[in-house]
Amino acid sequence: MKRLSLFLASAAALMAAPLAAQTTAIIGGKVVIGDGSAPIEGGTVLIRNDKVVAAGANIAIPADARRIDATGKWVTPGVFAGFSRIGLVEVGAVTQTNDMNASGSPFSAALDVQYAINPFASPVSVNRAAGVTRAVVSPSTANSIFGGYGAVIDLGQDENPITKARAFQFVELGETGHSRAGGSRAASHIAFRAMLEEARTYARNPAAFDSDLLKASDAKALLPVISGNTKLLIHVESANDILKVLDLRKDFPALDMVLVGVNEGWRVAEHIAAAGVPVLASALSDLPYGFEDLSATQSNIGRMKDAGVKVAIGMINDRDAHQLRYSVQYAGNLVALTRVPRATGLTWDEAFAAISSVPAEIMDMGGQLGSLRAGRKADVVIWTGDPLELSSQVETVMIDGVDQSLSNRQMRLRDRYRDPAPGALPKAYDR
Amino acid sequence: MKFRALLALAAGGTMLAGCAATAANTNSASTAAPPKSSASSGPAFPSTYQAYPSTPTAITGVTIFDGEGGRIENGTVFMAGGKISSVGGPDTVIPAGTTIVDGAGKYVTPGIIDVHSHLGDYPTPSVAAHSDGNEATSPVTPEVWAEHSVWPQDPGFSRAMANGGITSLQILPGSANLFGGRSVTLKNVPARTVQRMKFPGAPYGMKMACGENPKRVYGSRNRMPSTRMGSLALNRQTWIDAQEYRSKRNDAKPPKRDLGKETLAGVLDGDILVHNHCYRADEMAQIIDMSKEFGYKVTAFHHAIESYKIADILANEGICSAIWADWWGFKMEAYDAIPENAALLQKAGACVIIHSDDENQIQRLNQEAAKAMADGRAMGIEISDAQAIQWITYNPAKAMGIEKMTGSLKSGKMADLVLWNGNPLSVYSRPDKVWIDGALMFDSSDAARRPVSDFELGQPGEGDVK
Repeated sequence: MKRLSLFLASAAALMAAPLAAQTTAIIGGKVVIGDGSAPIEGGTVLIRNDKVVAAGANIAIPADARRIDATGKWVTPGVFAGFSRIGLVEVGAVTQTNDMNASGSPFSAALDVQYAINPFASPVSVNRAAGVTRAVVSPSTANSIFGGYGAVIDLGQDENPITKARAFQFVELGETGHSRAGGSRAASHIAFRAMLEEARTYARNPAAFDSDLLKASDAKALLPVISGNTKLLIHVESANDILKVLDLRKDFPALDMVLVGVNEGWRVAEHIAAAGVPVLASALSDLPYGFEDLSATQSNIGRMKDAGVKVAIGMINDRDAHQLRYSVQYAGNLVALTRVPRATGLTWDEAFAAISSVPAEIMDMGGQLGSLRAGRKADVVIWTGDPLELSSQVETVMIDGVDQSLSNRQMRLRDRYRDPAPGALPKAYDR
Repeated sequence: MKFRALLALAAGGTMLAGCAATAANTNSASTAAPPKSSASSGPAFPSTYQAYPSTPTAITGVTIFDGEGGRIENGTVFMAGGKISSVGGPDTVIPAGTTIVDGAGKYVTPGIIDVHSHLGDYPTPSVAAHSDGNEATSPVTPEVWAEHSVWPQDPGFSRAMANGGITSLQILPGSANLFGGRSVTLKNVPARTVQRMKFPGAPYGMKMACGENPKRVYGSRNRMPSTRMGSLALNRQTWIDAQEYRSKRNDAKPPKRDLGKETLAGVLDGDILVHNHCYRADEMAQIIDMSKEFGYKVTAFHHAIESYKIADILANEGICSAIWADWWGFKMEAYDAIPENAALLQKAGACVIIHSDDENQIQRLNQEAAKAMADGRAMGIEISDAQAIQWITYNPAKAMGIEKMTGSLKSGKMADLVLWNGNPLSVYSRPDKVWIDGALMFDSSDAARRPVSDFELGQPGEGDVK
């Protein structure tokens, strides 16, 4: 019944939102700002329209504010998934519903996920109900080392999911890059350099462009990567591959690089830190899945952070289209490592920041997203308890200040089969 | 990571995410009832497992989950000679000379058991040379045994122990085939040979699979089965042939030895336990009818995404559901998954097992059980912490036929147990120590008490905390 009333309330809010300024005060809860600072007991989060006005202790509440009592609850920014494929897939193995890559397309860098992301896909509603409010959405690759443009999205129930289109370009330069380029890292690195050179050729005279390597559209897509105007997310795992990628700046000094995956990052963490390159890292990889992951350890993120690397949690190739709800569990596990001898984890405050403000900052969106600091988009979640703990549930989700429905087809199936035996009519009549 | 491999394969339409296809394995030497048609004097490939040395040890002042739904505060567990001697409160008698482990603030559970693993037959590194889980050359391969594919040097075994407290596990063949072959049950103790890991006295299992995988693998080659009805037809004909073989087994002139039919006859005899990969409720109901037609029992449906839709039927039939807490959406037959599956089964009185099928999640079955419990509580189903622990200890032991030897903390059972540094149902808890048959095999505070496989020796990160 609670969920039903929330749903009705959110429908009303949706209709009312555009009409007048609305102020909401979430009071009494344990407030997590998300920027790495400690939680504030009995804090207030004040929201006006789509933005956070203030969050913390001793905040004056306007008389006309809608009040939500969060006493005994935790109030946090929504989870910001640092790397995902959400919205690109409904059912993984049903190819018609899987838009992660395009093996039959002649295009590569020009592919743009903004046209493929489906805000009505059930993974969006399922993960929204688990407190995930924003996500980096990346294509994967098929015939080229380049996958195309990725986006930053919200997981709201409205029809416009795009927060930032063409937020980055995605490229594979580890073992996957080896195979995409024809079977060698020598090939993937020459492909990378040659395609960027071809893009420069395109820029000098688009009309005359004729390349065996690139379509004109792909060349055009790579230009802002060369200039550093578009971020380049690079999937790489091994220590050696990381070093080779950092060296790319010798030839392309403006590249705005972000490393993704980075299972062996801890071994070369000081190099990554010195280069000032941020990382969207897998949290709990600890096996030699391939030879590029030989030294994978769950202590990777903690060690990189200690070395001065800006690092957030990403989920590349790890159920990244369906299970962003694992983000809180992964962050909690990094906290658990602080109690394991010889392991390196994150403090609770750091761990929550690794799934909220830090990924937003890595995408250069920390001023608008990822925390409850004043002026940020009001993506707010109320939890029954510690959001990183397995027993906690999500009670309320707001995105851009709008109350969200938590309903999804998993909940509908649960409710239909609460008692499995049919009643007077078949289950098909239970709605 | 393997997630990557599974998903990539699923996306490519060539593989079966969430249902690792592996080769069947079996545990011949240790079977209580060796195949009756076996021509040899003893069981083939016998277990050579031996417990490592142990010292009498008592864990005191600890919270105990006994694996059968019981909980003791400020408890004592005393083990000696590789067995659990006594489990009780603070007044439990501890003989002189016993090593005392202070369990204040900590928790003890039975060793965690995974009923569905492919460690060893789909090991890491997951290179093509290591892909030994599916004998995908025929949809009916009851003759293959998973133990003949298991690579004991898989680094995943040590991770499962150190991070997940896994002490016993069943390695299954994959799900490409209708009849995948025999499983093997292992003690999670590193060894040079798989025989040295085989759980002494564990019965064999046999892997079966219904649904998308067999029809995709063989249909794509224009072979039977290409449909679910094709799968059932091939299944039934196989059982008919097995029945005939079995009936002639004791004739004056018995039929020529047939490895596959020996396994099938073992199922019909009740000696070999059926572990049936099956996602959809309607398909499980078909399989149940088929088992009745031929007079065998399904021990557990694995990956049983839709068990909640027929929880009452499964409870009546006494069939366990081995499930994930929340996997979903990777293929069509996984589309109707709900995180309350375990809780709804428990509510109906059906047997729940949380399994991994995954070298990563096997490291936190405790957490997966905790999530499933929490989702149940959120919909008003009362589940105690101790009951959730049963989902990853006693219940899988029962489905593997080893519950009289391990799976709960009862005197006389194998001293397989985990000391956790906090409540194992919290995300913040990890194994502190792991004992297998009373031998201390992992100690988080002793770097030397951590196994390192041959593969990792001399490699970057050797012996790291992982």
